[in-house]
Amino acid sequence: MIRLERRLEPSRLWTVLTPLLAVALTMLAGGLMFALLGKPPLEAIRTIFWDPLFHPQFASYSRPQLLVKAGPLILIAIGLSVGFRAGIWNIGAEGQYIMGAVCGAAVGLAFYPSDSALLFPLMVVAGGLGGWAWAMIPALLKTRFGTNEILVSLMLVYVAQNILASASSSWLRSPEGMGFPGSRNFKQWPAVHNAELLPETGMHWGVVAALIAVIAAYVLLARHIQGFNIRLTGEAPRAARFAGVSPARIIVLCLGISGTLAGLAGLFEVTGPAGQVTIDFNSGYGFTAIIVAFLGRLHPVGILLAGLLMALTYIGGELAQLMLGLPGASIQLFQGMLLFFLLATDVFTNYRIRLSRREVA
Amino acid sequence: MDPVLLVASIMVSATPILLAALGEMVVEKAGVLNLGVEGMMITGAVMGFAVAVGSGSPLLGFAGAALAGAVLSLSFGLLTQYLLSNQVATGLGLTLVGLGLSALIGSSFEGLRAPSLPKLDLPLLGDLPVLGPMLFRHDIMVYVSLALVGAVWAFLKFTRAGLILRAVGENHDSAHALGYRVVHVRLAAIAFGGACAGLGGAYVSLVRVPQWTEGMTAGAGWIALAIVVFASWRAFGVLLGAYLFGGVSVLQLNLQAAGTTVPVELLSMSPYLITIIVLVIISARGVHGAPGSLGRPFHAAA
Amino acid sequence: MGDTLLSIRGLTKAYPGVVANDDVSFDIGQGEIHALLGENGAGKSTLVKMIFGLVKPDRGEMLLEGAGYAPGQPSEARRSGVAMVFQHFSLFDALSVAENVALGMENPPAPRDLARQIREVSETYGLPLDPGRTVGTLSAGERQRVEIIRCLLQDPRLLIMDEPTSVLTPQEVEILFQTLRKLKAEGTSILYISHKLEEIRALCDAATILRLGRRVGTCIPREVTARQMAEMMVGASFATPEPRGGVKGEVLLAVAGLSLPAPGAFGTPLRDIRMEVRRGEVLGIGGVAGNGQDELLMALSGERLAPAGTIRFKGTDVSRSGPVERRAAGLLSGPEERLGHAAAPNMSLTENAVLTAARRQGLVRHGLIDWGRAAGFAEEVIARFDVRTPGPGTAARALSGGNLQKFVVGREILQNPDLFVVNQPTWGVDAAAAAAIRQALLDLAAQGAAIIVISQDLDELMEISDRFAALNEGRLSAARAVADLDMEKIGLMMGGAHDMEVAHVEG
Repeated sequence: MIRLERRLEPSRLWTVLTPLLAVALTMLAGGLMFALLGKPPLEAIRTIFWDPLFHPQFASYSRPQLLVKAGPLILIAIGLSVGFRAGIWNIGAEGQYIMGAVCGAAVGLAFYPSDSALLFPLMVVAGGLGGWAWAMIPALLKTRFGTNEILVSLMLVYVAQNILASASSSWLRSPEGMGFPGSRNFKQWPAVHNAELLPETGMHWGVVAALIAVIAAYVLLARHIQGFNIRLTGEAPRAARFAGVSPARIIVLCLGISGTLAGLAGLFEVTGPAGQVTIDFNSGYGFTAIIVAFLGRLHPVGILLAGLLMALTYIGGELAQLMLGLPGASIQLFQGMLLFFLLATDVFTNYRIRLSRREVA
Repeated sequence: MDPVLLVASIMVSATPILLAALGEMVVEKAGVLNLGVEGMMITGAVMGFAVAVGSGSPLLGFAGAALAGAVLSLSFGLLTQYLLSNQVATGLGLTLVGLGLSALIGSSFEGLRAPSLPKLDLPLLGDLPVLGPMLFRHDIMVYVSLALVGAVWAFLKFTRAGLILRAVGENHDSAHALGYRVVHVRLAAIAFGGACAGLGGAYVSLVRVPQWTEGMTAGAGWIALAIVVFASWRAFGVLLGAYLFGGVSVLQLNLQAAGTTVPVELLSMSPYLITIIVLVIISARGVHGAPGSLGRPFHAAA
Repeated sequence: MGDTLLSIRGLTKAYPGVVANDDVSFDIGQGEIHALLGENGAGKSTLVKMIFGLVKPDRGEMLLEGAGYAPGQPSEARRSGVAMVFQHFSLFDALSVAENVALGMENPPAPRDLARQIREVSETYGLPLDPGRTVGTLSAGERQRVEIIRCLLQDPRLLIMDEPTSVLTPQEVEILFQTLRKLKAEGTSILYISHKLEEIRALCDAATILRLGRRVGTCIPREVTARQMAEMMVGASFATPEPRGGVKGEVLLAVAGLSLPAPGAFGTPLRDIRMEVRRGEVLGIGGVAGNGQDELLMALSGERLAPAGTIRFKGTDVSRSGPVERRAAGLLSGPEERLGHAAAPNMSLTENAVLTAARRQGLVRHGLIDWGRAAGFAEEVIARFDVRTPGPGTAARALSGGNLQKFVVGREILQNPDLFVVNQPTWGVDAAAAAAIRQALLDLAAQGAAIIVISQDLDELMEISDRFAALNEGRLSAARAVADLDMEKIGLMMGGAHDMEVAHVEG
């Protein structure tokens, strides 16, 4: 008979080991899934995890993609992790990401075709504010009325998607687009194009912002009293109130941080890799970032690594689609399984597994 | 617009959410918060569609969908009840897995048509003027969902098993101290919730649309979660919430079809906006009736 | 008496690192009230859980009327005629009395019959109860009645009662004892768990005493003194707190007209609280659990803000200030719930030191926490209050109840409060640690601080307080000097007899 015995303290070793174990289990289950789909499992795994970085032919294209995809994932996941640490479940980052992109783009396009050097920073500010404002809706509803932030932030994703649809098909539509939906292309507007900073690296301003966010979040959570208050609120809400932490302020702070970072990610994406506001520019980063946050153990450094890994599965998935004809959806399932296995193996962090024989008394 | 047709289409529109919300209500009554309703619905939608197309029988499709939803939900049960994972995170994970799984399975079913579920023309009742076509000429699942509302209500209120389920959800430590198997009760509730969500999803792909497209449940599972809160964890409240929501969806679709000057996007976002507004009103009034142990992990300390 | 009902032979149960019960044997006679005595952690509750089928023994056996008895779960125990009244954790707030009773029965009758039976039994035993009421709205004493009636409806042969009087006023205790004596007369055996020695002497026919999981003695309580039983229970003598005798200074805290609505569905509202505490004085606040103790502490600590003008500290109105400002002014507090309220379970002792001492001890500069200083302060608390732990990096959850209590009380005392409000300072703490904590409180008062001790342990309050007041349904009685009080007066104060105040004023 298997029994779980609560550890007196979470195991540090297992905190680090569980993500690795989860990745291994996902590869195993994923391999099984690929075999069921009639694809060679080992080759599929290699295509997803190895080829994007080391394939003689494709690696030169896909290596820079790693940072391009990891940037927004890390940026959003850092923000989410701060909230998750406090027990605030913002799962509508996708909506905040969209609204950041739409707001930032709208501000920029209002000044078209200005070539002022101030315009791009202004758009960055507008993008952050757009995401922040969208996150303030669940924040204020929660502090004012106690409305569940999970449901509200998620409903707002669907609202944001409709706003995006309307922006790309009408009010931000490019007048030179011959009636096709989609805004002007920022790639053809050097003053505001979020271009690659170093050639062949994929490094753009969004990646820089993600790295800054990792460092800032680390300092906040490890050293700053507000970070302590955030962690305290998540660990023991009553103790936090006893310490004098205002729950409302933590809610506004955490949702504000995650909304702002998601909005920034959206702005950098739409002015860079995506290039224009289209109905489907967003590609679900806001949801995948939830997996990234958990896989990184809600720790900034862990998120950095998890973001890179998840970016790898995106690129590897595309490659596998191309070379092995693997369905695109299998990568989505793959990512979901990763989260599931992580949550399952997490039991080792907090509990000791004991095998005991049932004795007859 | 024809009011007969309107009421009839509201009933069809509300049925998937009614089924999913009813199942989730039972799960929450047992003290478990499963945020994976959307994932279970979409899996039910694709499995129901696949089985119905494969077998030619829509009823078998519904059975397959219920089974698929229950199996998927038990993975959530395994994680949260035995491995004691966080219920919020696991529920989200279930949704992501369900979305991926359904897209994978469904890719070969895009564009097909499912065998249709025959409308029951109830003798006598169906012939009533106005009321007949409005209420009594639906497919069997509409009546199954309505019967289920009554069954769940009676189960929770009058049976000993229902009392035990409520007790487990209210205070799992007390229930354990009295010797009830908290984990078993919860697993049963989770499986029931999964089966209901699966049925709801299948109703979308087999009756309401009826074909398979990726991500077709479009947040219905999340709305079902909101309706459980709206209903204050009461079966007939769930019925009311689902039908109100069905009404809003049908109205906005009708307005879109009628070509009003209101932008299409505003109309299509209206169900979500209204859900938010309803949630705010409910929470401002004070959420009542939430089970005491809702969302809290249970580990029987020896 | 004479015939044995339940015979316990060599029961042993070990958990990792602890042997909860080590070869425990004793007999409970037919129609006997048998006391099980011991300090917290002596292994009483594990033993009871084995008898009730919640825990399986590693070794040993039980005989019920000579036949082997090994319940695999509580329902088997109930079928064998063993019933239990729990101290905590067995009622469902949102369910009705009848539903709660039904959940504790093997084959409950139809609802209407059950309601009738509840009324009958409650009248027979003098425990009035309405089957339709929601349990969450009942007082602690009424909740206990629900549990007792639930047991009685099954005609038990053995009734286990776990610390039944901790939630009762002295008058309610008397009613309970009458019920138990009546049951005994009808032939029911009772296993009565307590650490209150006088109660046991008044009620029980035999007593088994446990210490550190072992049976250390058996006695007939009427034939020994409380002192003798205490020595068996504790195993060593310990210092009783030194008597006080300091001079009382100026009024530090003045509360007037403090009313607050209940914090949740089943909380207690505070009603027109008024009190004064002076420097060097210990004010003891008694009362049955759930009469507003937690709510009063939260209002004083600043966790819940009070209406303006109701709380004055050092002459300043602090009613609208939060915990941080009140701490800065010198008003510190210690809540009852150690894990989750006074301390964050998964955080280290160092982090838990930051929790309340961040500003007063200068652990934060420019918003950044100085972890070195924080660890230093935690180590100081650990050393000064003899907290047994590997070090300040240990998670709060890993400490035993007594050690964590020493840490959270020590954390506040070492910050030199002017006023220290503490709720249940020694609850669940072994006798030696409890004595140390009480001594620390008295020392603090001797240095000129004011202390408010909220407790359900009347002996403790009588031992350390200068004045005593009682909470009843969120109202606080007028405080009276402890020297003028006896048990009867205290009971009346706890029961909310307000005419006493009038008599006091007129006299």
